[in-house]
Amino acid sequence: MQVTVKLFATFRNGRFKLEERELPEGTLVRQVVADLSLTDDEIGIIMINGRHGMLDQELLPGDVLSLFPLVGGG
Amino acid sequence: MNEALTFLEEWSREGMLPWAAHCAAVKHFGLSHAAVERLALQNGLFPARYQRNRMMIDVHEQLRLFSSGVAVIGCGGLGGYVIEELARLGVGHLVAVDPDVFEEHNLNRQILATPNNLGLAKVEAARQRVEQINPAVTVTAVQDAFGLANGRELLAGVEVAVDALDSISYRLELAEVTGAVGIPMVHGAIGGWYGHVATQFPGEETVQGIYRHWVAGKGIEQQLGNPAFTPAVIASIEAAEVCKILLGKGELLRNRKLSIDLLEMEVHEIPYDQPVKLVRAA
Repeated sequence: MQVTVKLFATFRNGRFKLEERELPEGTLVRQVVADLSLTDDEIGIIMINGRHGMLDQELLPGDVLSLFPLVGGG
Repeated sequence: MNEALTFLEEWSREGMLPWAAHCAAVKHFGLSHAAVERLALQNGLFPARYQRNRMMIDVHEQLRLFSSGVAVIGCGGLGGYVIEELARLGVGHLVAVDPDVFEEHNLNRQILATPNNLGLAKVEAARQRVEQINPAVTVTAVQDAFGLANGRELLAGVEVAVDALDSISYRLELAEVTGAVGIPMVHGAIGGWYGHVATQFPGEETVQGIYRHWVAGKGIEQQLGNPAFTPAVIASIEAAEVCKILLGKGELLRNRKLSIDLLEMEVHEIPYDQPVKLVRAA
C-alpha cells in the first residue's frame, strides 16, 4: 500500500520533507518511525490525515502520516 | 488623594499624564508609582508612557491590565521576554518564578542575562529590570521551582499563568494546577529554530495532548540548544495571548497549537480536541 510520510523540523535533517512510501498492509506507525531511524521518545506529534494518531496505530492505504519532534525548551 | 488627583489633572495634556508629572506626584504626595498610575487610570487619565497603546487599548482596558496579575513560570529564554513585554504593556502585578541563577550559557538569548549579573537569581534580575522599565508594575519574585506542592500558592491571585518552563514534566504540573485553580495557561516551548504556542482554559487538555507521547526527558532543545530569536518570537506570541485573555478580545490559540519553523519559515496549526461537553438529556 502507498502511504505519504511528511516530516517536520529536525526530522527532515538527512531525510526528506515528503515521501511516498510503499509499505506492507498492516504497517504500524511505530515501524515507519523505526525505518526512519527515529526512536519512539523523539516523537512529539503524530498526525494521520490531519488527526492525532498513536505509535501502535495501523496505517491504511492512502494515509498521510506527519511526524513532528518533541519540543520542550524554554 | 483628591489633592493628588487635582495635581495629576492639572499636569495632564489632552487626557494624557506625562511621566515627569507622574514622578512629581510620587515625590510630592509620597505615593508609590503604582498608586499614582491607579489614580490616573481610574480617573480617565492615560499615562503618556502608554500613549502608543491607546488606539488598541483604551483607558478602561489599560486599567484592567494594571489591575491584573500574571504569573510567569520560568525566567529564562521565554520568561525574560514575557516579563519585559508584560511590564511594558502595563500589567500591574507579575509573579516571577524560577529557581536558577544566571550562567554564562544563558547570555546568547536570555534578555535578562548580562555579564554583570552572572550568578544573580533570575527572578531578582527580573525584579530589577521591571523596576527600571516600569516602576508602576509590582513584581513578586519567587526563587523556587514550580510544582504540584507549591503551585496553588504561587498562582493565588493571578488571572493567567505563562508557561516559560524548560521541562516537560513541570509543564504538565503547571497544566494540572492551572486547571485545578481555574485559570488559563499560555503554553510556549522552544528548541533550536522551532517553537510552538497554545492557550489552554480550565477543562481543556491541549498541553496534555501536545505531550501525549512524552515518556521522559527533554525534546530537540537538548541537542540543538536555543538561539537568540526563537525565544523572542514564541514569548511575544505568548504575551499577545495574555493581553487578549486579560482584555477578553480577539481570537485565542485555544484547542490548537501554532508550530513555527524559523529555518524553513513555515507555520503549522495543529488542532486539539475540544473537551466533550456533557449534555444532559431533557
